[in-house]
Amino acid sequence: MADVPSILPLRLTDVTYQARGQTLIDGISGDLEAKGRSVILGPNGAGKSLLLRLCHGLLQPTAGRIEWAVGNNERVRQRQAMVFQDPVLLRRSTAGNIRYPLHLHGTPRREQQARVDEALARAGLSAVADRPARVLSGGEQQRLAIARAWVARPEVLFLDEPTSNLDPAATRAIEELVLAVDQTGAKIIMTTHDLGQARRLANEILFLHRGRLLERTPVTEFFAAPRTAEAAAFLKGDLLC
Amino acid sequence: MTDLTAAFALALDMLLRFDPDLLEIVGLSLQVSLSAVGLAALIGLPLGAAVALFRFPGRLAINALLTAFMGLPPVVVGLIVYLLLSRAGPLGILGLLFTPAAMILAQCLLITPIIAALSAQTVADLHEEYDEQLRSLAAGPGQTLVTLLWDGRFRLLTAILAGFGRAVAEVGAVMIVGGNINHATRVMTTAIALETSKGNLALALALGIILIALALGVNLAAMAIRDAARVRYG
Amino acid sequence: MLTRRTLLPLLLLMLALPGHAAERSITVASTTSTENSGLFGYLLPIFQKKTGIEVRVVAVGTGQAIKLAQNGDADVLFVHHKPSEEKFVAEGYGVTRFDVMYNDFVIVGPKADPANVRGGHDAAAALRAIAEAKAVFASRGDDSGTHKKEQGLWRTASIDAVADSGQWYRETGSGMGATLNAAAGMGAYTLTDRASWIAFANKADLELLVEGDKHLFNQYGVTLVSPSRFPHIKAADGQAFIDWLIAPEGQKAISEFRVDDQQLFFPNASKAGS
Repeated sequence: MADVPSILPLRLTDVTYQARGQTLIDGISGDLEAKGRSVILGPNGAGKSLLLRLCHGLLQPTAGRIEWAVGNNERVRQRQAMVFQDPVLLRRSTAGNIRYPLHLHGTPRREQQARVDEALARAGLSAVADRPARVLSGGEQQRLAIARAWVARPEVLFLDEPTSNLDPAATRAIEELVLAVDQTGAKIIMTTHDLGQARRLANEILFLHRGRLLERTPVTEFFAAPRTAEAAAFLKGDLLC
Repeated sequence: MTDLTAAFALALDMLLRFDPDLLEIVGLSLQVSLSAVGLAALIGLPLGAAVALFRFPGRLAINALLTAFMGLPPVVVGLIVYLLLSRAGPLGILGLLFTPAAMILAQCLLITPIIAALSAQTVADLHEEYDEQLRSLAAGPGQTLVTLLWDGRFRLLTAILAGFGRAVAEVGAVMIVGGNINHATRVMTTAIALETSKGNLALALALGIILIALALGVNLAAMAIRDAARVRYG
Repeated sequence: MLTRRTLLPLLLLMLALPGHAAERSITVASTTSTENSGLFGYLLPIFQKKTGIEVRVVAVGTGQAIKLAQNGDADVLFVHHKPSEEKFVAEGYGVTRFDVMYNDFVIVGPKADPANVRGGHDAAAALRAIAEAKAVFASRGDDSGTHKKEQGLWRTASIDAVADSGQWYRETGSGMGATLNAAAGMGAYTLTDRASWIAFANKADLELLVEGDKHLFNQYGVTLVSPSRFPHIKAADGQAFIDWLIAPEGQKAISEFRVDDQQLFFPNASKAGS
């Protein structure tokens, strides 16, 4: 793997996305580097999920460019993964869900089992490996979604509000899992509107408001001294949308 | 009314006696219609899914044809298959006319559009839910199709059952291409038609009652499996 | 739709089908009267026991039976309309036609007999009376042997019944049994062969009213489909069936077939073909 050039950094140049006459993402530029956990923070409707989908390639910008370091080809998609706010679990077992991306990517069958077992163990799902995925608890389902996204060893893992529907215990488990995935060397890019979570997980904060990137600063600096009035208001809980 | 009550008594009597002629006819009915459904599903499910998922030239036309052909008259299908399989026809060399294989082919043509059109709808619904996730996982078109068919398997069973119901109940096509030959191509529906034409209305109705019970049994069994699996897999 | 991909599983499926087929079998295109009366059910096991040849009967109207044979889809034609059969042979579709047996047609109708034809022995006169009374008449209307016979009788009676089609003249366009069912339901007169009539189980209000006219004679003939025209025709086994039918043994079996103690078919084979 070492001789394969990294797909990062991801370069955004004046990325804009419009729908039904409204500008939802407005001229965002910047490089997302291989190192660190980037958390996109902002109130509801700021365009966090949209920005994630644009980066992941599920949507095309109406203006501007999104470019991976190796160019935008078919193989790039296989080297990134995304965990959705409401993940779609396939109607098969927990292990079957984790095996699915390996099957899609043509991983040799004899390698699959070991990697599935490792992902199950890492996500704490070994005990429910043979249970149908759709009967798992909400927290287990989200951990399964992360394990499924991670099993193919992506270089970039996008997470879209992965804990928004979970109780504090399940949220804690997800956060630990995200940190563990980070330890394996994957670049984490996630959205949240939860300040505590951003503080716990982020190395850097990208503060988004009304489709514009207002601030991009290291996490300690952001919470200690936000540069914009909007960010300050958001931190005080005064900025709801 | 006497014929009605006599029919129920007769049906019960034949079932309890395990009438060998009846068993043979029931067996052939099941064999022909289940084979036809199997073949039609092999063709119709991927075809329906392809129509639902892919944009290709002629897609709208195929979609319209499939929907229109859901109501194909069995006699017309029978006639077409007869002309194909007749010794004077293009496939006459196969010598398939008046055999169960010809009946399977006719029923397969009859119900493939039903299975395809219904599965197209099911796959389209499922695709709305799965689209982003599958694109995120970099599933190719073929992989997407297979995944949606597999994950929709319990809902697709309804489409398959609709096809089976139509196949096992039709008489027009199998009469023409099977010939209703005793001990060779006689199935429930052609036997019913024959007994009706002989004026044995009670016997005909008794066979009809058994046919309905049979279709009901197959449906109940399939739905029981589906519901159990649904509870399991969600 | 018929690509190799669909045909291949079909062929595999055929292999998987349990063999109903005897080692040797022939297909006979015949009429509903011979099948529905139970004659074949009686004759064929005797023949199969003797020769080991299974006879598969496709029972349709005479017109459709001839059409099947003309397409080479049957080995033997066994029907009851001599002019059509002779034409079939003359056009090269058949080898030789043999008389096998006869029965007769009868006119049946409702007990009340509104046209007052009961007890008559003149079929054309009876039809004329039915037409004059505008009593309902159910016609096969399907180009079968019986239908052709009926059309001939109307011509003899000089009546254009088809002109009143949909009024008192009703063309069912279906087989003998279905037409008898319709006649029973409508209280209509109809022309039927005696075998179908005797074996018919749903007579309801219908009665036999007119019989015994020599014009009502109903001759059955058997013809081997031409193997020089259709090489796949099982000529030897088909000819064996024909030979057995017109030999004393087959003729005796035909005369011994009974429904309700009545003989339905009368053997009259002469050795020479016509």
